[in-house]
Amino acid sequence: MRAEDACRILNYMVQYIGSRLDASFAALSDATRRGVLEQLGRSDASITELADRFHMTLTGMKKHVGVLEEAGLVTTEKIGRVRTCKLGARGLEDAAAWIERHRELWNARFDELDGVVEELKRNERNERSKKRK
Amino acid sequence: MKNPTTIERKSDREVVVTRTFEAPARIVFQAWSKPELFRRWWLPKSMGMTLVSYEADIRTGGSYRLEISYQGSKPMAVFGKYLEVTPHSRLVWTNEESPDGPVTTVTLEEKGGKTLLVLSELHPSKAALDAAGTGALEAMPETFGQLDELAAELIAGAAPP
Repeated sequence: MRAEDACRILNYMVQYIGSRLDASFAALSDATRRGVLEQLGRSDASITELADRFHMTLTGMKKHVGVLEEAGLVTTEKIGRVRTCKLGARGLEDAAAWIERHRELWNARFDELDGVVEELKRNERNERSKKRK
Repeated sequence: MKNPTTIERKSDREVVVTRTFEAPARIVFQAWSKPELFRRWWLPKSMGMTLVSYEADIRTGGSYRLEISYQGSKPMAVFGKYLEVTPHSRLVWTNEESPDGPVTTVTLEEKGGKTLLVLSELHPSKAALDAAGTGALEAMPETFGQLDELAAELIAGAAPP
């Protein structure tokens, strides 16, 4: 019964329809770029490594990484002659925020449950006082 | 004044939520196990979601299925089985809409007319729990799939008449 999952996915979509549509959406709409994100989820990699992994020219991979970088999904850092790519801060923030959003979901749910519980308590009391009469 | 809800990541695989209710356990259990009561609180209004349908056979071995719609979208189904239903104290169910969904256990502990509710979500692996939390890349293929569909719709909608 993970309604929150459905909610989360839909929230993602709504988020993308909004302000970040252009950058994020364009970035995520390409299969290679999604593959790059999955790869970086496992470990950081240089542009050369990514180009090899996806059978692509260095220039081609640079373009893909540039799109992901603009969308905030990937960050890169040049050390010496090697440019290393890693997942962007947005993914990390999301992970930290999830537990709080999960708490908020249950809290909202239990607030509503409280309302039902109060009503059941009232009904029981009324029943009891009726019986006494 | 409402009681607070706490949440804790107990281990790599488990998230635990707690809340106290100002009522005996049998009343909290009733609100959970009677479908007409359950459907009144499971989807808080603030979430913007509606329960399209709800079927549940709330007993050990029984199954459930909910269809949920978000702001008028096509309904999504969530479903599973009750592994254990012990009146007034314990409910355990599976979440089978995703292949490695967690097992959820709710225990009700009554003390002095109040009830402590402890809800545990035990995932099959750390990766599965990470995937349940957004941002985890394991969860993304599904999201991406939906984005693809949405993109197609947007593009179709944006096309000149």
